[in-house]
Amino acid sequence: MTTDSTLYTIAVFSENHVGLLSRLSNIFTRRCLNIESISASACSIPGVHKITITCHSDPEMMDKVIKQIEKIIDVIKAFCYTDSQLVYQEVALYKVPTSTMLRENHVEEIIRRHGARILEITPDYTVIEKTGHYSETENLFEELKRYDIKQFVRSGRVAITRSPIEHVDIYLHDRQKQEPLK
Amino acid sequence: MSDKITGAEALIRGLIAENTDRVFGYPGGYIIPVFDKLYDYTDRITNVLTRHEQGAIHAAQGYARASHRTGVVIVTSGPAATNLITGLSDAMMDSTPLVVITGQAPSSMLGTDAFQETDVMGITQPIAKWSCQIRHADDVAPALARAFHIASTGRPGPVVLDFTKDAQIGLTDCRYTPCRYIRSYNPNPEISDTDIAVAAQMINASQRPMILAGQGVTISEAEAVMTELAEKARIPVAATLLGLSAMPSDHPLFKGMLGMHGNIGPNINTNRADLLIAVGMRFDDRVTGLVSLYAPQAKILHIDIDESEFNKNVKVHATVHGDARQALTRLLPLVSSRDRDEWIDSFDRHNRVEHNRVALAAAYGTDPCAAPNMGETARKVSEAAGHGAILVNDVGQNQMLSSRYFRFTAPRSIISSGGLGTMGFGLPAAIGAKMGAPERPVCLFTGDGGLQMTLQELGTVMQYRTDIKIIVLNNNFLGNVRQWQALFCHNRFSQTPMLNPDFVALAAAYGIEGEDVATRAELDGAIDRMMSRHGAYLLNVRIDPTDMVFPMTPVGSAVDHIMLNPDEIYTPV
Repeated sequence: MTTDSTLYTIAVFSENHVGLLSRLSNIFTRRCLNIESISASACSIPGVHKITITCHSDPEMMDKVIKQIEKIIDVIKAFCYTDSQLVYQEVALYKVPTSTMLRENHVEEIIRRHGARILEITPDYTVIEKTGHYSETENLFEELKRYDIKQFVRSGRVAITRSPIEHVDIYLHDRQKQEPLK
Repeated sequence: MSDKITGAEALIRGLIAENTDRVFGYPGGYIIPVFDKLYDYTDRITNVLTRHEQGAIHAAQGYARASHRTGVVIVTSGPAATNLITGLSDAMMDSTPLVVITGQAPSSMLGTDAFQETDVMGITQPIAKWSCQIRHADDVAPALARAFHIASTGRPGPVVLDFTKDAQIGLTDCRYTPCRYIRSYNPNPEISDTDIAVAAQMINASQRPMILAGQGVTISEAEAVMTELAEKARIPVAATLLGLSAMPSDHPLFKGMLGMHGNIGPNINTNRADLLIAVGMRFDDRVTGLVSLYAPQAKILHIDIDESEFNKNVKVHATVHGDARQALTRLLPLVSSRDRDEWIDSFDRHNRVEHNRVALAAAYGTDPCAAPNMGETARKVSEAAGHGAILVNDVGQNQMLSSRYFRFTAPRSIISSGGLGTMGFGLPAAIGAKMGAPERPVCLFTGDGGLQMTLQELGTVMQYRTDIKIIVLNNNFLGNVRQWQALFCHNRFSQTPMLNPDFVALAAAYGIEGEDVATRAELDGAIDRMMSRHGAYLLNVRIDPTDMVFPMTPVGSAVDHIMLNPDEIYTPV
């Protein structure tokens, strides 16, 4: 295990090939690296999937991991970032009993102050949503604790780079020029 | 509709389109449609029916490495697929191009724990270059085309196609087109001018450079240009185990093998060099010894087609990412000759000590009544074959000593399980090697332990009359482990002595000729009879179990900390 506590965000752009996710996670497990969060979805380039992984490690290990990820045949490109290079968010959902919420008159103030919102209210429970950085969703969690949180869930990180250059577009464009004529 | 063919036939036609005329396979339930179709194409594709699926994949590895073609394996699902795991991992470690086809339960039954269903994708992904499941007949041709492209290009490796039964019997009109391009996979990266310029500048500035030749030299067919570059710039060359035979053993600039049981010259000089030029090698721990004490005076220039090898095991100062032959060809005009005679001679000085203190005893015996040594047997077989044979070996002392005392005159002359160290690799790999290079003599060195791990393949030798020479270095021990137990475990020979069968009688049961050699006096005659016999031959050579492999860099030591014998560390003058 690494002692360096820097959190890295790895962005993987890939073809949608069955089994890619397990191949990716193998790279981490084999090196005793713990995946902190993961999210996967389609991205703006048609047919290309983007997987975002966060992981605590050090720059040397991240360099090796990125090269191992890019070695996977169906991976188009992989990048590693630190937080300052990214705009990123996570979504958290909190389920609290409606009765405890109504007993307290601070709840509305807490929701306003945290920029959270209510998604659903039933006689039994209320679902609150907060989008933000880890520390922000965590802070709200701490404040809502006393309202008896029944369920809490936080998504994996989604991130967009601050760089003006879209490296994947450039790579795919260059590769297209290398494609032999049919 | 009449020109539709089954998925099984699409597979066979695809193999033919890829010029495959030989496959290594074993039939079973969920691959019967493919073998049924193969029956119609026996004039164009020969299947080698091994006696175990592990034998099939090791034979395909031997075939691929001897012939520089892609080895093809066809087996059924479940236990057949799991029997391939060792070979897949071995081929992945040693960059061997294979297309491995496994049968699979019908797609409608996937995930139901059907009879002979196993999660081939899940099991093989970590140890294959690419794995893909074919669930529709229309996907056969494109998947096979991708498989051949991926297996054979870039850094080669094994590819798995998991072929469901319904896809085999389903109909398709999809025609085979070879794959030349995958957008997410660039096997031929363009080498940058800057990288070449930096590399040339490093070479020209160095006073004590050494080329470390790995198997990448052989794979990219860079042997000639590497030799030319070494000669032009006056750079000594050392090889990894799998890099052996890239340069003739007797070339004046060839200074021997690297690593734990390598030659003293290159290992000592690794830590005296001011530049290591690593070509198609990956700094395996058996080559580097203790990494923190590896090459302290040297800058390292790493030329490799696999970018993930850069800075993986050792920190390097410059890299050239690309094909070794292209890289060396572009470097050749930029390197200049320098007087490095003193540096070149220093290798020979160390190697002379090794010759006098180690090799004379290991490879030249005198007492005619004593058992022959392992190194001596290897040297004599190499001589008897005019140093032109392909050496295939198993793993352990037989591997190290045959690699040390064989001499190589032609490329692609060593087939050894380097990275994985697979006991049982030797016999089936030798069968495949002979089929891949039928015009060359193939000599297998194996041990009594390794031979028995895939002994059943003597049946394959019998059935296909494969002309391989099998030399069993038989000490009735798991010799390499015994050596470590003698050196590091106070002679506590835990689970290494073996009670062995009569190997010559066993061979005879398979119709394979052979003889026992118990003394040195019998050795020459026996080797002559073996080499002049047309057909397979098994030589069971009785070895003194105390015979050990030296020099040796013990695990955890610096590469220049070299044992000459159990009691003495080499002190360079």
